[in-house]
Amino acid sequence: MSTQLTVKKNRLSSTVASLKPSGIRRFFDLAASMEGVISLGVGEPDFVTPWRMREASISSLERGHTAYTSNAGMLPLRVEIQKYLEERFSVSYHPETEILVTVGASEAIDIALRAILDPGDEVLVVEPCYVSYEPVIRLAGGVPKFLKTTMENQFKLTPQELEANISERTKAIIFCYPNNPTGGTMTAEEWKTLLPIIEKHDLLVISDEIYAELTYGRMHDSIAALPGMKERTILISGFSKAFAMTGWRLGYVCATPDLLAGMLKIHQYTMLCAPTMAQMAALEALRHGRADMERMIESYRQRRNYVVDGFRQIGLTCHEPDGAFYAFPSVTATGLSSAEFAEKLLMEEKVAVVPGDVFGESGQGHIRCSYATSMEQLKKALDRMERLMGRLQ
Amino acid sequence: MDRLKQRELLHLLEEDSRMSAEQIGKMLAEPTEVIEQAIAELEAEKVIVKYPALVNWERVEDHPYVNAMIDVKVTPKRDVGFDEVAERICRFPEVKAVYLMSGASYDLSIILEGKTMKEVATFVSQKLSTLDSVVSTATHFILKRYKHDGIELEDRDEDRRMVVTP
Repeated sequence: MSTQLTVKKNRLSSTVASLKPSGIRRFFDLAASMEGVISLGVGEPDFVTPWRMREASISSLERGHTAYTSNAGMLPLRVEIQKYLEERFSVSYHPETEILVTVGASEAIDIALRAILDPGDEVLVVEPCYVSYEPVIRLAGGVPKFLKTTMENQFKLTPQELEANISERTKAIIFCYPNNPTGGTMTAEEWKTLLPIIEKHDLLVISDEIYAELTYGRMHDSIAALPGMKERTILISGFSKAFAMTGWRLGYVCATPDLLAGMLKIHQYTMLCAPTMAQMAALEALRHGRADMERMIESYRQRRNYVVDGFRQIGLTCHEPDGAFYAFPSVTATGLSSAEFAEKLLMEEKVAVVPGDVFGESGQGHIRCSYATSMEQLKKALDRMERLMGRLQ
Repeated sequence: MDRLKQRELLHLLEEDSRMSAEQIGKMLAEPTEVIEQAIAELEAEKVIVKYPALVNWERVEDHPYVNAMIDVKVTPKRDVGFDEVAERICRFPEVKAVYLMSGASYDLSIILEGKTMKEVATFVSQKLSTLDSVVSTATHFILKRYKHDGIELEDRDEDRRMVVTP
């Protein structure tokens, strides 16, 4: 007997059907099918999670810590997060009512947007940016509006750009500093120029600070640390980048009790709690992982210096990225678009980078190059890129 | 060059002593000449002593060798303490390392390299034990080296990441 499915209705929701597939996907498929590719396209640390954290997690399994934790995450972990944020970034959140442990910063972004948006609410997205913001806003019923940043402004958000895009329906603004893909950062002074506008229009701020530890030369300034901003900021961070823990999927979100309670509702029904064994590793990271982290940051800084200098020498304009582990050189001098350049580089020289326009329109003309890869590979990649540049001139 | 950068420079060379001054300069954002000068100074001060290669002899065929760690109990001498006997032991080329230890029932720890166990045994019984200050020795043969000077000798982790991720 055979059954046949007769489809009478659209089986996917119109929202999901209308989402564009990630532009990164096509590149991934192309690069993954080739042999001998050097990849500068990886958005995660090249370090394995330090043994200390892996060991802590293994030991917790041995002792049988396999049950659920409370919805918001283990209290000792939330207490460590509170101490850590206060000590490093001078922001203060109560561990019992203002901190929620999530399955990666990605979940935090999702529940933050779902908790605050009504259909039609507009969210300002500072781009170039991580690829998930736009689709997640749409899934939450919101309407994304894009704010552009440029290399000339070191990819910083300007008050003019902010003010010009606010409407009656604007509910919130979302951004990531230190920035993926540009490596741009914002100082406290630069944040201050935006505050009057944010206050005047009563905006909520979703601040994705996943790269907060990865700054070079200057500590990260959290917008939540500025006067009056804690009340309107949803601070999101996690363990993936600073502690090389991407696969553990562990992040957290901090906000005032009313906002946090809203997010907790979604989290408890959809996720219940973040994985216990990952929480155990995170606890160890915050208690004893600092030295491991600093060793990794030192290495990123050295590689950043090397690669930025390298790009400039082969004729690519590149701003000095102050944070994250990406350089975002411009390829406009070659006359090619981001995608054309990236494709040529991959096909002719077997170096994978990510075309900048994947991260939004203002990324057009750039390529994202992750320097979280070995010096050996970086050296080879630069040689290959130099060859391509030679042919293009 | 400031102390922090100097330390970074030392860490880089410790990791890869063949790295060029030019490359180190780029990584530390200093001109090549500054790095060359700093290295020359560190060499002159004997902070940088030598640039050896870390060889995994276990992978070299037809090269029989054994390593032994020897605990040595000695009688220290007035004025010179343990130094005199330690320096004497250092002079034997087969002695690869000599350490003065705390908290043990012996005083010096020696790492010895020989072609055969017999060679090591001969050294211990004829050269080491016969030294005036040496009271007793205990020889431990090393069966396998897993990690040496911070480097794991087998099973280097390959990059397990996907080629392109957001």
